[in-house]
Amino acid sequence: MYSGGTGHQMRLDPGAKITNKERWGDYYLLTLESTDIAREAAPGQFLMVKVASGSRPLLRRPFSIHNRCNGRLDIFFKVAGEGTALLAERKAGEALDILGPLGKGFDLELGGKGRKRTEAPALAVGGGRGVAPLLFLAAEARKAGRPFKILYGGRTAADLPLKDKLEAGGFQTACSTDDGSLGFKGMVTDLLRKEIHDAPASAVYACGPEPMLEAVDRIASESGLPAELSLEARMGCGFGACWGCVHRIRQGGVAGWVKICAEGPVFSGGEVVWEEEK
Amino acid sequence: MIDSGAVDLSADLGFLKLKNPVLAASGTFGYGLEFEPFLDPGRLGGFVVKGLYFDPRPGNPPPRLAETPSGLINAVGLQGVGVAAFCEKTLPRLRGFKTAVIVNVCGADTEEYVRVVEYLDEHEGIAAYELNVSCPNVKTGGGCPALSPGATREVVSAVKRRSRRPIITKLSPNVTDVAAIAAAAEEAGTDAISLVNTFLAMAVDVETRRPKVANVYGGLSGPAIRPIALRMVHQAVSRVKVPVIGLGGIQTASDALEFLIAGARAVEVGTAGLVDPRAASDIIDGLEAYCRRHGLRRLGDICGTLKT
Repeated sequence: MYSGGTGHQMRLDPGAKITNKERWGDYYLLTLESTDIAREAAPGQFLMVKVASGSRPLLRRPFSIHNRCNGRLDIFFKVAGEGTALLAERKAGEALDILGPLGKGFDLELGGKGRKRTEAPALAVGGGRGVAPLLFLAAEARKAGRPFKILYGGRTAADLPLKDKLEAGGFQTACSTDDGSLGFKGMVTDLLRKEIHDAPASAVYACGPEPMLEAVDRIASESGLPAELSLEARMGCGFGACWGCVHRIRQGGVAGWVKICAEGPVFSGGEVVWEEEK
Repeated sequence: MIDSGAVDLSADLGFLKLKNPVLAASGTFGYGLEFEPFLDPGRLGGFVVKGLYFDPRPGNPPPRLAETPSGLINAVGLQGVGVAAFCEKTLPRLRGFKTAVIVNVCGADTEEYVRVVEYLDEHEGIAAYELNVSCPNVKTGGGCPALSPGATREVVSAVKRRSRRPIITKLSPNVTDVAAIAAAAEEAGTDAISLVNTFLAMAVDVETRRPKVANVYGGLSGPAIRPIALRMVHQAVSRVKVPVIGLGGIQTASDALEFLIAGARAVEVGTAGLVDPRAASDIIDGLEAYCRRHGLRRLGDICGTLKT
């Protein structure tokens, strides 16, 4: 068993069938049938997906696990480059070659140990496509009886395509847009400040662009709340062999280049060294 | 012709007999344990663990990777745990694998290469050393020994004098005459040669006008380099008598066979394993199928049979 992960067994599934595909503008959701990987998956973990056969692109692409249901896994992404554009062309009924579940996910008990189930909710901040791992996290939190709220932010209403799905699923959700076209007007980090100010919270989870994560880290720290942040990176292998995806991380008082794929992608607030601190 | 009899896939390097000629290449196989969920390392002819300097090494800032057509540029900067941590924490776990464990040895100067080898010599469970002569040298302003016959000769002979284990010298392709470097390594006493390391390369993000890897330059690997690597392996084989291990962009059994037919005794698989962690194992299966298809009892008989 590989020691760098969570203890969950990672596998190769060369034939994960696409059973459903949804699209909202540049945003896509694919449902993949992969029973063994689905069984082992935990919130915050990711898949490495071969988006096309052959050598262009050569490398797999990492995607957070968006949801798990009956042996199936969802991935949610925005077309942002060559890899995601090719993946968006794949059709229901085709098979994808995937590796997973990879990496170390969120701690479901963060800031919640020993608390009563009715106590203050955990807040999960998702910026744009960064909302991807938060539905799975929210679903597992609900199973554990933990109050949970998703703060879902984007530039405009068109960047919040999952709003209806989250609400229909019964997940408590608050939205923000930079232009005010939907929900709170402002950045999702401003919404986080407001939420923490208005009502008690027990923990903060976040996934999104790095400046957002840095702001969330600061806000959580100032509010005395424990935080976990899911980092994004260009990855080579996704399972710790190539040392290609690193971030400055402070562990045991020492800062160094730490592999995001194997020791993350989720890191504790305060552990991550941000750009200007280096 | 279909043959159902046993096929001998073993590869004889003289100083080391491998159960098959497929090794996992240094820098793409971690310290040997990372692939375990996907692949039994005992299936392989051997594997070469990530390059080790004497002390832990921080490596380069990100971004460290850039993808190019059929290729991967990396500028990891030889981040590593150093020999003490490797021998204490990792090596004991590698001893359980029934395969050849080869350690890639780095050094910022000749003395460091020697110190690394002397330290490793005190520990059991290593079949050979692969000498990474492409490490930037602190005394020559970043040039590496692999770039000149004289510097290569100096490092190889110094290590060879002290090592109790066989030495495989891994050559850089970033030279004018790779056969001359191979000959220098052979004269200095290397037991084998492996080539090629990565090609010095660069990519630019035109939106930001920044280099795609923070180090500006990185090493190109992957199928993009395979035909050039094959040519250089053929040139080295034509010049030296010591066994040559070929590598550079090998993804399939057919790719591996090109190198074997050109004269390599064994091959290393690198970047392909990052994409498909079972690539090396699939290549071994493919080599066996090829032997059956061609009625070959011993895969080794095909080495150096290029018809020119």
